[in-house]
Amino acid sequence: MLQQSINGLQLGAVYALIALGYTMVYGVLRLINFAHGDIFMFGAFTAYYLISKWDLTLYLVFPLTMAVTALLGFLIEKLAYRPLRSAPKISLLITAVGVSLFLEYFLSLNKLFTPNYIGFPRPFEVVGYDLGLFMVTNIQLIIFLVTALSLFLLYLLIYYTQYGRAMRALSYDREAASLMGIPVDGIISFTFIVGAALAGLGGILYAFAYPQINVFMGIMPGIKSFIAAVLGGIGIIHGAVLGGLIIGLSEVFVSAFLSSTLRDGVIFFILFLVLLLKPSGIFGKRIDKV
Amino acid sequence: MKKIFSALIFGLALMSTLLTVQARETIKLGLIVPLTGDVKTFGESAKNGFQIALEEYARTGKYQITTVIVDDRNDATEGINGALKLITQDKVYGLIGPLTSKVAIPVSEIAEKNKVPMVTGTATNPKVTVHDNKRKPYVFRACFIDPFQGRVAANFAAKELKAKTAAVLYDVGNDYSKGLAEFFKTTFEKSKGKIVGFESYQKDDVDFSALITKVGLKKPEVIFIPDYYNKVALIAKQVREKGLKSVLVGGDGWDSSELIKTGGTAIVGGYFTNHYSPERKDKIAETFIDQYKQKFGHLPDTFAALGYDATMIYLQSLEKSRKAAPEEIMKVLTGLKNYKGVTGTINFDRNGDAIKSAVILKVDKEGFKYMTTVNP
Repeated sequence: MLQQSINGLQLGAVYALIALGYTMVYGVLRLINFAHGDIFMFGAFTAYYLISKWDLTLYLVFPLTMAVTALLGFLIEKLAYRPLRSAPKISLLITAVGVSLFLEYFLSLNKLFTPNYIGFPRPFEVVGYDLGLFMVTNIQLIIFLVTALSLFLLYLLIYYTQYGRAMRALSYDREAASLMGIPVDGIISFTFIVGAALAGLGGILYAFAYPQINVFMGIMPGIKSFIAAVLGGIGIIHGAVLGGLIIGLSEVFVSAFLSSTLRDGVIFFILFLVLLLKPSGIFGKRIDKV
Repeated sequence: MKKIFSALIFGLALMSTLLTVQARETIKLGLIVPLTGDVKTFGESAKNGFQIALEEYARTGKYQITTVIVDDRNDATEGINGALKLITQDKVYGLIGPLTSKVAIPVSEIAEKNKVPMVTGTATNPKVTVHDNKRKPYVFRACFIDPFQGRVAANFAAKELKAKTAAVLYDVGNDYSKGLAEFFKTTFEKSKGKIVGFESYQKDDVDFSALITKVGLKKPEVIFIPDYYNKVALIAKQVREKGLKSVLVGGDGWDSSELIKTGGTAIVGGYFTNHYSPERKDKIAETFIDQYKQKFGHLPDTFAALGYDATMIYLQSLEKSRKAAPEEIMKVLTGLKNYKGVTGTINFDRNGDAIKSAVILKVDKEGFKYMTTVNP
């Protein structure tokens, strides 16, 4: 039971990182960025090339990968979403789906990432520490630490900097914020950059834990993180984190005590229940915001 | 005027000589294998074997063979589309492949309906050649089937490894994996072994920690993982990370150099049932292995050897048939006796399945080591 909880937290921590991107983008733009799962995939591939082709150390792999996915997030927003800023919401949503499919199928070309399954080279050996009641591996420890640290930094960013204040203002009322002299486009770009960097980080951690990557690896984690964001209350930072952990834990518990074939079904059932009973999510206050 | 006339005569003469060369009837042959995706090494190997067989045939054969190759990505829909294209558009006289049961089963239905002979090298699920206890007369295979393979693996675990307990992890959406899992379970229980865990996962799963933790509590001596190399490598790693010491056992889906590359030390010490070992001492096998090594620079695995055998079985039947027509070829295939191939002598039983022995290979750091041969 305790061991299974650790397994669930490992999965949940990664979902939380991805869910943050969904939630932040939704906060400022009222848009579900469906390409977010593919940014996560891009992160895993970037890390793969950095490690296997260039042989870089981990201290460089983390920041470089995050920089690359941040750039990707920035470009997606600039090229695909910004021209549609004043278009109806549905156009934006369809574009998001389009960007996602474009990334998956374009990158699965043979000259690019290829549609093959690629073994991810872990730059270190896995060591398990038996703590009596349960066992924890160094990979799990890295995941917990990195997630906790980035959450802390994100918290500082959002609540104690000018950028964070501007982001919060935007999510409250975009019109008013722009009247107050907040550079709306800049802040939206910034939000995408931060969200995509976190997704890239999630990609590295995921590939460490489950060392096999392919261009379609972002789809399921993407959807599940989206559900996590909705569950916690979309647009709410700590909601995304809690949602991620809940989804991770329920996945593992369903596999362990019911059947792994029911796993995805249960996750979608959770989404169904949330939308039915409290569409604003666990931390959501007002229904009309969603 | 005279010049033009003589040029015309010359042209006609040239054309008639060309026509006599063309007199060798052209036969189109289709190959359906996964060249990308999760089991791409299977397809690459089979394609290499296919090419060697065709080169060999071109030296002596009656017919001119042109080939059309389709990549099925180990996806049933892709396989079906490919087969339909080959049959209706390219008008092939035969299909070689597909390699995995989950693609071969739907494709065999199409071959059957359109009356085009199909020979698969490696699809081992019983349903490839039989549907509702009825034989599909146009479908053949060069390999043994999963009830036998599952039995061999279970007997090996119970008798050679002296295991009393075993757990099975399998992919519930994959006919190959599911079939093997069940046949293993039945035989293992018959030989007084205990199945302490019988757990399934789904195709795209990457996190097996819940299942492994659950199974690990029972401390099984053997864990049977009947799946393809990519997934096996991933599961093996997580099994070792959870500190389990169980011996890992599997089926022919393990046969890929990628298994050791991705699986690393986690997979070393595992055993799997297979169709052939490159250490095989046999004149036909040695010639093939030499040729293969010269052309491709490495040893042929099972998929290459069976890709060659499947293609050769078809080509020899084509050679022997009265005329080049799918139906005639099918008739010769049905009566095929004692085909001497790289993977042994092949005879079809009444279902079009090859009656053949299995080998057991052990995974070590450098590659796969031959352990023993088991006869049907």
